[in-house]
Amino acid sequence: MKITVDEDKCCGAGSCVLTAPDVFDQRDEDGIVVLLEARPHRERHDAVREAATVCPAAAIHVGEEA
Amino acid sequence: MTPHPETAVSPEIPDFPAPRSSGCPFDPSPDMRALSDRGPVTRVRSWGGSTPWAVTGHAEQKALLADARLSVDFSRPGYPSPVDPRYTHAGGTTDLSFVGMDDPEHNRLRRMISGAFTVKRVQAMRPAVQRMTDSLIDEMLAGPKPADLVQALALPLPSLVISELLGVPYRDHGFFQRNSRTMVSAVATGDERHAAHTALSEYLDDLVGRKTAEPADDLLSALGRRIEAGELTRREAATMGVLLLLGGHETTANMISLGTLLLLRHPDQLAAVRDATGQRAVDDAVEELLRYLSIVHLGRRRTAVEDIEVGGRTIKAGEGVILLGELANRDPRVFPDPDRLDVTRDARGHQAFGAGTHHCVGQPLARLELQVVYPTLLRRVPTLRAAVPLEDTRFKYDAVIYGLHELPVTW
Repeated sequence: MKITVDEDKCCGAGSCVLTAPDVFDQRDEDGIVVLLEARPHRERHDAVREAATVCPAAAIHVGEEA
Repeated sequence: MTPHPETAVSPEIPDFPAPRSSGCPFDPSPDMRALSDRGPVTRVRSWGGSTPWAVTGHAEQKALLADARLSVDFSRPGYPSPVDPRYTHAGGTTDLSFVGMDDPEHNRLRRMISGAFTVKRVQAMRPAVQRMTDSLIDEMLAGPKPADLVQALALPLPSLVISELLGVPYRDHGFFQRNSRTMVSAVATGDERHAAHTALSEYLDDLVGRKTAEPADDLLSALGRRIEAGELTRREAATMGVLLLLGGHETTANMISLGTLLLLRHPDQLAAVRDATGQRAVDDAVEELLRYLSIVHLGRRRTAVEDIEVGGRTIKAGEGVILLGELANRDPRVFPDPDRLDVTRDARGHQAFGAGTHHCVGQPLARLELQVVYPTLLRRVPTLRAAVPLEDTRFKYDAVIYGLHELPVTW
């Protein structure tokens, strides 16, 4: 799994932080997403996919790789 | 806008908006629900014979709200006015800061305040919100019965919270609550709405000036520092202040009163919220109430700036688009048996706060207030009940934010 985030599209909702707190954080100054781990461990994949789904700005892209 | 040539003369295009059924005040208008049967994207006839598109489907709304080819700029010619032109002000539209701007200008301003609403900052406010809630309930219980839940709790709680965050003196609440109510009324005259906006703008401008001179630990003082740094004009800061003050209490206040009344009418659901043992169960219940009630009704408004293919239709550049969140949130493709209130369902995909770049900036705070207030009220006042029958309850059929004018309760 390879995660990319679009900071321009991000609306700072924090849904990803609530869903997958080990993988996503927010910048203090404006709440924009901070990607902590672009290639998270397998056990976090479900939470990451859910974070991408619930992101209200569709700013998280999850690429699946072998 | 120029009416679509094929549809301008067609009598079959449904009128918009259509009223709710007084017997089903918690459900969207039956005539608007019938729009969903015409497809996820369909034409409607609105003020002055205009025929904007109505988007009823959940997936289509989510895609369009995140699509930069739609503009929120109120001043574009095709923009579908949320208010009957008879009620608009001759002097033009009301400046609501970045709500009416497209990116990148929208994000430049929004990101000056969005840091106040991170998950961490908002969670840190939980103890204060709990204290304010308890104190308002103490006062209500010490007063006469019946009490108006709107004046006792639903309005003062979010007013107190947003006042503290912004640095607005709460002693002025009568002034800003009254003017906020006028601004979201759909039946106030344009002049009345304009006067309310002017009064709030002047008040915030004065406050921003004072916070710039004597900063405190609040959001208006932070904007004051931006003014000093030349990143923001005083007018921009004051307008953002109006937006936050207005958005910070009119919306949440209506969710508190309407959600409480809905739970009172569903005792099994009420019990599930009152007796919830974990935070997750409370959070899920709040998401379901947000979905079910969808108080930002009558549509989010946009204008297409390019042709867009969506839901089997082509929205042409220049055409108006109305995105109906209350219909998306009852879309059976996403929420099985959507008219059933079920506080245990996973309703997190709802669009009560919109989606895309204009997704409600204050939503983490609104969610926190609701997560605190419903279980606290129901646990502390277990015999709470409505003091008037449903048919005598005054719903805000006449406001762009749905809710209750008052909610007489006893216990």
